[in-house]
Amino acid sequence: MEKLTRHLKEIDTKKVYEPIHSGKEEWPVFRMARNRKAFIDQVTKETFERILKMKPTLNGLIEELETTRYREKLRIKNNPWKVDPEDELDFWSNVKKRLLAIDQEQKDVARKQAKDILYDIIDRYSNEIAGNFKSSHYKLARKIVKFGFARLLNAARIGGFKALFSNKYTLQDKIQLTGEAEQLRKLAKLGTIVMVPTHFSNLDSITLGWAIHSLGLPPFIYGAGLNLFNIDIFAYFMNSLGAYKVDRRKKNLIYLETLKTYSSRAIRYGAHSLFFPGGTRSRSGRMEDRLKLGLLSTAIEAQRINYQEKAEGRQNKIFVFPVVLNYNFVLEAPSLIRDYLLRKGQERYYLEQDEFSKSNKIISFLFKFFTKGSSISLSIGRGMDLFGNYVDEEGRSIDDNGQHVNTRDYFIYNDEITTDLQREGEYTRMLSNRLVKEYHRINRVFASHLVPFVFFEMLRKRYRKLDLFSLLRLPLDEVEIEYSEFRATFDRVRDVVIGLFNEGKLDLANHMVEDLDEVINMGVENVGMYHSKRPLIKDKEGNLTSQDLITLYYYRNRMDGYDLEKYI
Amino acid sequence: MTSKNTFERPVGVVGAGSFGTAVANLLAKNSKVYLYARKPEVSEEMIRTGKNADQVLDKNVFPTNDLKKVGEECQVIFPVVPSANFRDMIRQLSEFIRPYHILIHGTKGLNVKGDRAKENDFRGINDDDVLTMSQLIRQESLAVRIGCLAGPNLSHELAEGQPAATVVASYFDEVIAEGQRLLRSDLFQVYGSKDLIGIELTGVLKNIIAIAAGALRGMGYGENARSLLISRGMIEMVYIGRMLGANAQAFLGLAGVGDLVATCSSNYSRNFTVGLRLANGEKLEDIEATMDEIAEGINTIRIVKNLMETKKLRAPITETLYKVINNQMTMDEALKLLMKTPFSIDVEFI
Repeated sequence: MEKLTRHLKEIDTKKVYEPIHSGKEEWPVFRMARNRKAFIDQVTKETFERILKMKPTLNGLIEELETTRYREKLRIKNNPWKVDPEDELDFWSNVKKRLLAIDQEQKDVARKQAKDILYDIIDRYSNEIAGNFKSSHYKLARKIVKFGFARLLNAARIGGFKALFSNKYTLQDKIQLTGEAEQLRKLAKLGTIVMVPTHFSNLDSITLGWAIHSLGLPPFIYGAGLNLFNIDIFAYFMNSLGAYKVDRRKKNLIYLETLKTYSSRAIRYGAHSLFFPGGTRSRSGRMEDRLKLGLLSTAIEAQRINYQEKAEGRQNKIFVFPVVLNYNFVLEAPSLIRDYLLRKGQERYYLEQDEFSKSNKIISFLFKFFTKGSSISLSIGRGMDLFGNYVDEEGRSIDDNGQHVNTRDYFIYNDEITTDLQREGEYTRMLSNRLVKEYHRINRVFASHLVPFVFFEMLRKRYRKLDLFSLLRLPLDEVEIEYSEFRATFDRVRDVVIGLFNEGKLDLANHMVEDLDEVINMGVENVGMYHSKRPLIKDKEGNLTSQDLITLYYYRNRMDGYDLEKYI
Repeated sequence: MTSKNTFERPVGVVGAGSFGTAVANLLAKNSKVYLYARKPEVSEEMIRTGKNADQVLDKNVFPTNDLKKVGEECQVIFPVVPSANFRDMIRQLSEFIRPYHILIHGTKGLNVKGDRAKENDFRGINDDDVLTMSQLIRQESLAVRIGCLAGPNLSHELAEGQPAATVVASYFDEVIAEGQRLLRSDLFQVYGSKDLIGIELTGVLKNIIAIAAGALRGMGYGENARSLLISRGMIEMVYIGRMLGANAQAFLGLAGVGDLVATCSSNYSRNFTVGLRLANGEKLEDIEATMDEIAEGINTIRIVKNLMETKKLRAPITETLYKVINNQMTMDEALKLLMKTPFSIDVEFI
């Protein structure tokens, strides 16, 4: 085995982090919730001004209102959800009436009428988006997660009725936190944190919620897909964890601007935020290689406005923390990857139901998760400013060449802070590229990622004339790989991966440097262990084969982007 | 977006070669300009004579040897130094560069990471090893508002005040606007482009073709041959450019076809001259020894040839020229070889 020249991270599962604030009164999210109504009003007003600036002419404004109304009507008709409010249709019919009543001959009156309609729409949206954080709910939800999970865990591990009350195992044994936890805690006291994790599973929000709490941090606010609020159990957790609602069906300008203003204002308020910058769960199983720029841009805007409106000082600084979540098993993997392949447009798959759509399914999953030996790893990257420079423990930005950077300078033109949206758009793009790189760097490689990768690529090499879709349709008796052959290849690739680790280009789970056969075994046993069809198994002769190549492909994709294919 | 302040601020030009001097003179029509020369004796000479690189300096041009002054007083700086010295220059300058600085470079060359450039040994290089000057600036300094200058801008014609135009490319609108505001004058038009990498690469790659054009002239061939070269060369440029991340569109504009035609026709182009002298049987070492300034095309040929090899792709003109500059072939043989290369389709990239 290749030698390690860098230390693997030690994971202290018993480490206890004291809360960084003495009471909830100090939590920004608590203060925000207490002033909820005023906050929503500010969001509405700011969005209103923004849109008027974007649509300066009366005709343009009316056109925008018409388009919005039309799209909303279509949405209500074609794609209604359980969470949708009942008065929706009435509201939009009323908008229609009011729009028809506008008399364009009288410019001033018409302008006022149109502005009023705009204001009402925005106000409706911002009320809809706003989170409903209640600290009592938060406490309860936290207890449920902590207590419930701990009970399950102990019951499973120790066994017997008495075990239900044992405290031998905690969630910390399941979720391994690595990386810059201390720095995150320090900077959360100093400025505002924007956490940007990769997104693989609906479980991510819960995992992150738990992690944030265990690190002694106040709750973060984050945008959760409105579809999750369709499920009661999720809705409860989301609301109590400080989530605001993002409705992906609404793509109209007014809604998107309201959403961005909400996020921007919350950050300026000092509320730590969490975005999934990939937008949705990764369909392919790949780590995010392209990020959605909308919400990221609100952080950059918030930083600029902080500098414009507030006194100089690091308390107004926004720190970005990339986070990578690693699972051995992603419940939704089979349907996500089928959805991905469908989108690629070559196969006509029947789209299965979302596994998370039923509460009982989630519970049975959680039970499986806690009763069987599977772990999650959560790697926290180094803190950065919004321009991709790392920051030190005191929150000072330092560039690659060791120079201190005043981030205010990024907004300066001729000695003044200027508002230049095109410039900020470019900064957003730069940040997004930087984050993608950082994800790959802090990604903790598991045996359950590398084993499927090597297996799949060996198959691909064996059938190099087949395209991906034909390969995925191979009869399963054609996919056996002899163990000794696999072992030799895996050995080689693992050495390359260790080399990459030594160069700081990725992170390794501690088990990766164990005895070769053991690592392979771990990979085979853990990858997608609870799927009814296992992506990878050992057959009677001890050779490797698959029961579900498509899901195997999903897990394989996790190792994309490191250029490892050529070592197969 | 612009305020009165900028008009009072001096603009910096780093690098007092012939193109740097020409750029300084263009800028001097609108602003006070600091023209930085690395060697103190050069800036002293400029101050004493009021001339540099056969050009008379505008009264608004102030030669200097003080990089700190340039960095601290100027918000907009035009680095115009050969690619071989670019990294050293930007490292020295970076101490004074802040994120609000605007850097618009005019260097039409490539940089290879590490020490390989010194040895001219680029075997096995990959995309990641090759940087355009804007990427190099980004890597070595805090600057983010970066742009480039490219187009048919032969220094001696600019010096004579003949009408011309250039392209300022940047991802940032404000950089383009600032470049246009500073450079534009009655006889000098400035176009903008958002395709920074594309525009940089057109300028870089056209130098290869310029060397070949000089060679054709040296061998005494006429317009048919040159037109053949320009159009085939254009296609090769697009292929290489696309491989390095450029769009084909950039090559159709002023900085692409415009600059290509200019450098392939002018005896004043350094790259053209190198090709001409190679065709006359001179050795590269001897040619380089007698030239004041570096011909970027030579280095570009070396880098591109090796890069294409790593990627197992073909670039016939570049490959053949590579053999000539390494004395493995004469220009005559090179031409014969190229004429035999089968191209069945005229244009297929658009």
